[in-house]
Amino acid sequence: MLTVLIDYESGNLHSAEKAFQRMARETGAGEVLVSSRPEDVARADRIVLPGDGAFPACRAALMHDRAGLHEALLDAVEVRARPFLGICVGMQLMATLGREYEDTPGLGWISGEVVRIQPGNAAMKVPHMGWNDLVIDRPHPVLDGLSTGDHAYFVHSYQMRVTDPAELLAHCDYGGDVTAVVGTDNKVGAQFHPEKSQSAGLRLIANFLTWTP
Amino acid sequence: MLKTRIIPCLDVADGRVVKGVNFLDLRDAGDPVEQARVYDAAGADELCFLDIHATHENRGTMYDLARRTAEHCFMPLTVGGGVRTVDDVRALLLAGADKVSFNSAAVANPDVVAEAANRFGAQCIVVAIDAKTVAPGKWEIFTHGGRKPTGIDAVDFARMVAAKGAGEILLTSMDRDGTKAGFNLPLTRAISDAVPVPVIASGGVGTLDHLVEGVTEGGASAVLAASIFHFGEYTIAEAKAHMAAAGIPMRPA
Repeated sequence: MLTVLIDYESGNLHSAEKAFQRMARETGAGEVLVSSRPEDVARADRIVLPGDGAFPACRAALMHDRAGLHEALLDAVEVRARPFLGICVGMQLMATLGREYEDTPGLGWISGEVVRIQPGNAAMKVPHMGWNDLVIDRPHPVLDGLSTGDHAYFVHSYQMRVTDPAELLAHCDYGGDVTAVVGTDNKVGAQFHPEKSQSAGLRLIANFLTWTP
Repeated sequence: MLKTRIIPCLDVADGRVVKGVNFLDLRDAGDPVEQARVYDAAGADELCFLDIHATHENRGTMYDLARRTAEHCFMPLTVGGGVRTVDDVRALLLAGADKVSFNSAAVANPDVVAEAANRFGAQCIVVAIDAKTVAPGKWEIFTHGGRKPTGIDAVDFARMVAAKGAGEILLTSMDRDGTKAGFNLPLTRAISDAVPVPVIASGGVGTLDHLVEGVTEGGASAVLAASIFHFGEYTIAEAKAHMAAAGIPMRPA
């Protein structure tokens, strides 16, 4: 069993790697590899797309910086239905469209748009940064053992607005609803950082590593 | 609802914690990673390592600390001290830091903040501001550990770096730091009202009421403290319970 965390030069890869390695050890899920090589993505049993930064830059890095990477990702997730987890911007990239800076098409796996967070209360700061409590909207194997009221660590200025409520698995409140977890068939995404969310985050990682869609 | 964060800060020199921690059952009280693990278990919301010497020769030590901390603590880690370039940020993020803090370098060259935010995202770029009162309602930036005046107004500077892409401001009152007299609340409020991004209040915490005031009067999104936790005067859980009792939304420890 091989889980590949895609490295497209974005974000806190080392801490994500350590969290996945630890939970892979605990669940017997095999090897965890950080890689930008299309051939590693092609042989992965599970794929994680982390990501920090702006939507257009991350999308461009994923599409163009490494020849064949994007194609390998599409083949693994869409054709061979490997379980996929997007984290933060990696989750946002699952949407149809990103509206950060400019309109940028996403992977189109979750129907919806990524828009700036606009809390109802002007005193509320953006980025939405810190621990917020989850509201579970829909049971899902990846959320097994997590309950409404559990806290997760968020840091983002944009959020996904999901078109189909069936694809919204959890949200939190920040001057209005903020999408926290999305999912459809073999693909899930978390806006928060499971690798930084202590026990709740490690639980989600363990669930993903043992999930059979 | 978003919770207010409590952030214990560890001052590090040559890979060792400068102010010791009075916890029991530490194998090595000077090892920042050991202390980070204690704070992780105690329910701290984030951790901050500040490299107080920050000489270039010592950079490797800080990378090693970030790396080892990320192996054990699955919570957000900010590293600051001596960060000068975009490459410094990249190296710390790769080592295991989640956020990186600019201080003097942002004053010398504010564009480095924009450059780093464009490359890695505003969410991981913190600008640390050390400010001193120079007249009533007037605060000036000091660099180099508070020794060097710059003539720059702290509120104007905070506004400018936030516009350049700082995702968070770590605000330290040089007048209050180490005094245990409480945060400089007018300064905290002025900066917090001036910027759209979260402000971490720092400098001067001596009691749990000071933490409360930083939020209710200063408008801070997070409170940072060192000695009250290190010396075992209060636990993270006590601080959280006290703030929650004052009506501040907190994540239980």
